Amino acid sequence: MNQLLLDLTAVLLLALGLRGLAKLRTARTANGLAALAIGLAVVGLLLNQGLAGWPWMLGGLALGGGIGVVLALRVPMTAMPETVALFNGCGGMASLLVALGVVGLPGPMGLLATVSVLASVVVGAITFSGSLVAMAKLQEWLDTPAWTQRQARHAVNITLAVACLVCCVVVVQGQLLGLAPLTLLALLLGIGLTLPIGGADMPVVISLLNSYSGVAAAAAGFVVGSALLIVAGAMVGAAGLILTQVMCTAMNRSLTSVLFGGALGASSAAAGGDKEAESYGRITSCSAEECAMALEQAERVVFVPGYGLAVAQAQHSLRELARLLEGHGVEVSYAIHPVAGRMPGHMNVLLAEADVPYDQLIEMDVINPEFPRTDVVIVLGANDVVNPQAKNDPTSPLFGMPVLEVDQARSVYVVKRGLGAGYAGIKNGLFELPQTAMVFGDAKAVINGLITELRGLGVGKKALATV
Amino acid sequence: MSDFSLNEALWVLLLGSLLGFELIGKVPPTLHTPLMSGANAISGITLLAALALIGQAPSPPLQALGAVALGFALFNVIGGFLVTDRMLAMFRRRGGAA
Repeated sequence: MNQLLLDLTAVLLLALGLRGLAKLRTARTANGLAALAIGLAVVGLLLNQGLAGWPWMLGGLALGGGIGVVLALRVPMTAMPETVALFNGCGGMASLLVALGVVGLPGPMGLLATVSVLASVVVGAITFSGSLVAMAKLQEWLDTPAWTQRQARHAVNITLAVACLVCCVVVVQGQLLGLAPLTLLALLLGIGLTLPIGGADMPVVISLLNSYSGVAAAAAGFVVGSALLIVAGAMVGAAGLILTQVMCTAMNRSLTSVLFGGALGASSAAAGGDKEAESYGRITSCSAEECAMALEQAERVVFVPGYGLAVAQAQHSLRELARLLEGHGVEVSYAIHPVAGRMPGHMNVLLAEADVPYDQLIEMDVINPEFPRTDVVIVLGANDVVNPQAKNDPTSPLFGMPVLEVDQARSVYVVKRGLGAGYAGIKNGLFELPQTAMVFGDAKAVINGLITELRGLGVGKKALATV
Repeated sequence: MSDFSLNEALWVLLLGSLLGFELIGKVPPTLHTPLMSGANAISGITLLAALALIGQAPSPPLQALGAVALGFALFNVIGGFLVTDRMLAMFRRRGGAA
């Protein structure tokens, strides 16, 4: 009876937690509530079943919990998306192992139990291998192999799926040994489904895999007969699905094209950056010195941070540059596109870590009308989110995606390594505009160069004096 | 192993899903990453199943399997909640400063 009460409290707290996580004010408390809920559920379960096998429980706690704590406290904020992917994959693995373990328990298994085990194994395995592939792609340990872009990949994946189904039928008919090939095939299927998807779409994939791990948990709930697991798993599954949809909308992509369309722009990337460079007409490139002079004379400067900034780990340098300019009397703000960074909201986290004041981060709808009265816009490692063709070229694949209208500003400096295309593999008309100049180089190096140049112009002294 | 019927389990599944759909309605983009991370930590609730497996396992190999499963699940739960808290702590500090 105690367990029931604790379980019900846990479900209530989990629901409140998920709800609170969606609001800025309550998010941190809500996260704590959800953690408390899981703790209560564990207490309830142990009260009910006793502490038999406690050394094994402690072992699992020490190993998994220990590594989890160390990793969670040490991982840099830039690596957050891949860390979530790793955690997620391990949740899937847990469901897979539990299901395999339950098969070994004495006593007959009914049809319901068998089907639940199968679902748990398949979804758990796909979540595990898919999440690891997503993590490897985000860490850039894995490329998108060319063969995965051919139509043949669909044949491979369909074959794997059919083979999984055959194994399931075999298991239902009583041949439990079929679970071994099933596990292997489902792991391969997870890889086959995730590998063709481009790195830029990974956030959507992780969000979807997160939803799967909820489903896997619910399936494990069917396996061990726990209503709490089913509710919690179903909630996460549904919430993950909604979040995936929200992300797709923000990126102007449909879920089907993310999952089955292959990597956008992968073919043009394979053809080489030279071809991209050729297709640009008028490009003005300029040095950090010229850019610094423009900044020194500006009254209002807007930075547009993007994924490239995060990769170059340049957010701290950027904050220093902004401080320097503020000390010089320049009005500084940051334009944040909803999908800037590697995940929606990722850029906010990264800039918050670099101590950028909250009130300087301006959302797209607010900052767009401000661009015409902005002297200098500096685009740092962002590309598609500032592409004016999304607004005025109906033939562009980006057409319809809301963008930051930086082309309205008096002058635009784009800091970029080269003329390669953005994730969408589309050329950016912004680069050819007369008011745009390209500053080629690594974002961090360019920003540090700008700081040096500005100090050379005497800007730093004033700022230092005020500090 | 189930002590309740398929019928009840399916109702629980349906209502749980509906609850999940309702809870996540409007989310500011700033919170997408922490929300995903927090929801992900909750999905590690499979640790309950792992504990149940350890409790009922008759032999050391099965207990060991349960322990490994528990390790994976706890890695997900503890790591997930901590990482989410780290992200959200930044927003609070920044919000307070503003």
